[in-house]
Order: sequence, then C-alpha cells, then structure tokens
Amino acid sequence: MDRIPILKFGNALLVTIQVDMHDRLATALEEDLTAKIVAYGARGVLIDISALEIVDSFIGRMLDNIAAVSRILDADTVVVGMRPAVAITLVELGLSLTGVKTALNVERGMALIQARLQTSESEDADVED
Amino acid sequence: MPTLRTDRLEIRSSDDVVRVRQMARAMALETGLGLVDQTKIITAASELARNMLDYGGGGLVLAEVLEQPGRRGLRLTFEDKGPGIADVEAALKDGFTTGKGMGLGLGGAKRLSNEFSIDSRPGAGTKVVIARWK
Repeated sequence: MDRIPILKFGNALLVTIQVDMHDRLATALEEDLTAKIVAYGARGVLIDISALEIVDSFIGRMLDNIAAVSRILDADTVVVGMRPAVAITLVELGLSLTGVKTALNVERGMALIQARLQTSESEDADVED
Repeated sequence: MPTLRTDRLEIRSSDDVVRVRQMARAMALETGLGLVDQTKIITAASELARNMLDYGGGGLVLAEVLEQPGRRGLRLTFEDKGPGIADVEAALKDGFTTGKGMGLGLGGAKRLSNEFSIDSRPGAGTKVVIARWK
C-alpha cells in the first residue's frame, strides 16, 4: 500500500501531502506519524497541505486527530499552506479545526515550532535554577 | 433544461470517493465554475459519496453540466439502494451520525450547494441531488 513520506527535520517531522488521499492513506498517515513522533522523540509536526485541492470532513478529522495525539505525546502540530478556497469551504462545511495550529507556509510553521521549543526550554531552565 | 455533458461513476470502495472528486473537478471546470465554487462542490461530492459508501452500501453518482438562459450549473445526483434514512430532518443536523463519522456530511453538503434535495425512505434507498450554479 502507498504511504505518505515523513521526513525528519531537526527535532520536527515534516509531511508534505502531494496526492489526493483516499481514506486508508489518511488513516495510515495518522498511524505512521504517531509511531515516528515516539521513535524520534519529535517535538513538532509540520504538515504541508498546499497541494490539496480539497479538505473534506474525513481529512479534516485526520488533521484534528494528529494534532490531538501529538499533543499528548508532547509534540506540536502545525498545518501549513492551506489554500484560501479550502479554508472557506472548510468553515462552511462546519469544520473549524479548532485543535490545529496553522501557519501560512512551511517557513512560518517551522518558526512557530522552534519558538515553542525555545519557550519550553527556557521554562525547563528556570525550574533547574 | 439542456444538458451539455453527463458522466457517471459507481461507488464501491474508498478509492471511488477519490474518483468522484476527480469527476466533480473535471465537470466543474467544464461548467466554468470559479475556484471557490469548484472547491465547494468537489468537497460536497466527497462527503455525499462517502456517506453513500458508509451507510448506503455504495451506489451511483451522476454528474450533469446544465445550461439555462444566462447561466450554467453542475448537478450531481447520488443514488443508493441502501437501508434509507428514517429521520431525514435529524440526519441533516450537524453532529448527527449513526456511524463513525462526524455527522457533517449531509448538512455540510447542503451548505456547500446552491440547490439541495433529498429523498429517502426506510428500505427504499436514498437519493441526494445537489447543484452549484455559475
């Protein structure tokens, strides 16, 4: 079965969805990402959906689930590159993805993850002092 | 009302949900729908095709590019021979589901379309028709 590749980028994982996903592929991605967060001790997950022409409730729920599971595993999920027409449609569909952080592009998404990591590191340092 | 082009697709597996999206996209382009309208009707098609697969045991999707004086539209018809819906009013409400979904399919598809009609009775299957006009 096809799989969506997951790249390791520093302490974050990077996923670029470039195909129109059927439901099993979306479910497989959810499982693969969860396993890799644990395997690599990743602190962030960046999902680039700029190639997706639509996000329906199934894919929306997948993004929500990935964000919820990664949060429990102490990693932040940022979804980047959503097309404007997709955003308009998602809201009208009734999915506002409240649990998912978003950024306009990969660069800003990565900055968001790094900023969160620095904050948590400095908090850790404060505790040690 | 003249029909400029028709296409049809049988829904039997989740791969066919992707095929419905591709068919809806091709027909939306043929209709001349703008990007947002295209995205809306493709998304609605995806929801309704998955509903049909999950609850109706699969079925048939008919796509028609229609022409009326001064406007063009895309009409999609989803017909299954499944168990039907006992309470259509309830099924249209967000959050209503008898399965594993989020219950956004029917209500969401209705919001994403300019025209929406549903005909369903227990034991007699379900027919949903949506249209988006340019």
